[in-house]
Amino acid sequence: MPLLEASSLRKLYDGFCALDGVSLAVGSGEFVSIIGPNGAGKTTLINVLTGLLKPNTGRVLFKGQDITGVGPVKLARLGMARSFQLVNIFPELTVLEVVKVAVVSRLGRGGRLFSSLARDREVTEQALAVAELFALADKRNIPAKKLPQGDKKLLDVASAFALRPEVILLDEPTSGVSTREKHTIMEILVSASKEIGIKSIIQVEHDMDIVFGYSDRIIALHQGKVLADGTPAAIKADEAVVNTVVGRKTRMPERGA
Amino acid sequence: MIRRAALVVVLLGIAGVPFMGGDYYTTLMLPFFGYSIALLGLNLLFGYTGLLSFGHALFVALGAYTAAYMTSVFGILHFEAILLVSVAVALVVAVPVGLLCVRYVKIYFGMLTLAFGMLFYSFLYKFYHLTGGDEGIRVLRPMLLGQSFPALGKVEFLTGPYYYYSLALLVAAAVVMWRVVGSPFGLCLRSIRENPEKAEYVGVSARRYRFYAFLISSIFGGVGGTLLAIPTGLADPLLAYWTHSGNLVFMMLLGGFANFFGPILGSFVFIFLQDQVISLTQYWRLVFGAILAVIVIFFPHGLMGVFDPRARAGG
Repeated sequence: MPLLEASSLRKLYDGFCALDGVSLAVGSGEFVSIIGPNGAGKTTLINVLTGLLKPNTGRVLFKGQDITGVGPVKLARLGMARSFQLVNIFPELTVLEVVKVAVVSRLGRGGRLFSSLARDREVTEQALAVAELFALADKRNIPAKKLPQGDKKLLDVASAFALRPEVILLDEPTSGVSTREKHTIMEILVSASKEIGIKSIIQVEHDMDIVFGYSDRIIALHQGKVLADGTPAAIKADEAVVNTVVGRKTRMPERGA
Repeated sequence: MIRRAALVVVLLGIAGVPFMGGDYYTTLMLPFFGYSIALLGLNLLFGYTGLLSFGHALFVALGAYTAAYMTSVFGILHFEAILLVSVAVALVVAVPVGLLCVRYVKIYFGMLTLAFGMLFYSFLYKFYHLTGGDEGIRVLRPMLLGQSFPALGKVEFLTGPYYYYSLALLVAAAVVMWRVVGSPFGLCLRSIRENPEKAEYVGVSARRYRFYAFLISSIFGGVGGTLLAIPTGLADPLLAYWTHSGNLVFMMLLGGFANFFGPILGSFVFIFLQDQVISLTQYWRLVFGAILAVIVIFFPHGLMGVFDPRARAGG
């Protein structure tokens, strides 16, 4: 049984069809990239898969359970997490505190009104362990807003990882950072996910170097439909995908970020 | 260490006021205790959770009317019992009001709390047979820890046992609130203040935590109101009026919502400044308006931000 399964998702916005019958399945151990030109419906798909948006038709199953539109809080509890295209952190909290929020939530300690967070060894140790995986431990007491852009992205992902989810959806984990940093981020991501025991990663990504470098499988979206779904080798051989999605971007320098 | 030492000095100073300050200033300290407790609650909602209530006086008034009902109507004078009932009454009202209000944020939350405050004001004002209308209800002198202090006159009672009882209650309230903001719960509240969407994605339900913060802040409001009503000896509808809520917000901004002790400093400065300015000019509201404008523009972190510029409402 696949971990995450979506069947015939349709999502309409005022007559515009952002998703038009998308079906996909992601199994344990897979690293899946979703690619497609702007407006192909990638972020909508992520939002539907994570239960933020309710599709007009179709449903999403996570570990066989219907999670269509259940909302983020319940999803986090079930074992699915996400990071965001634009940096999404708690700016005034320190790096360690940002990670601690997720640890507190996972351990179900948010209802502890009178116990000291500073003296909660378990929360602190687990948060520190995650911070270390993301090379953020040295910056643990810095307010999150003061981090450089690349670290902010990492922190966003780190707090999602601290939930120890089974599946994680990353919406452009390397957008807005320099080319050099992109690979560092990806290396950290992959090794951290092994360390934490995340079973599947689904990412939306524009950078074809990264897509072809890390994915086990690639799903190409175009105009709200799945254009192709296969291994990197199969995608590279697919004329239609290369023409509409991958294009000559693979050979082109980075878009100025 | 310096902060801890400063705290001890301040506490000793407050404890010494009845010996050095004379009856006038000692009596002036009494509303400071009540307001400080209410503001600790208000700031949990604003400084920590990011919700600005313009109707918090509703709970202050509830606390005062509870004291009035308990003493004048039911003849129950044990202050501990009155305080417990105040907590219960605040909760009973805060549950439905909170459930409705926390569905909204920002200005909509503020407006809705304002509306409930005014609703309660109208109720107090119009339902004469229940509330005494604009005359309010008298609040009788309570018994503290079972003692009625029959030998003491009104002023002696207020500047003696009641003063220290109030101080002890403020210290207890501050300790409780300090623990709350430093708990895992407190961290969740701050995460919601910073970014509710992200908080939800790590499993922290914004609405649920906002509701709990609302309940806690209401309890503090009620206890503060009960404490305020004893020296005044009266619970009247103006306690629930929107300008009273405005004063609470003013105190919080004056002292600085970004600091745990900011609102307490704010209530102190407000009360003593008001006392001075009123004695100088009848246009005291004008003066206060100007002060508020200066604070918002030049000192967004309030007076406490001047002393302790790095502090942010934290654990």
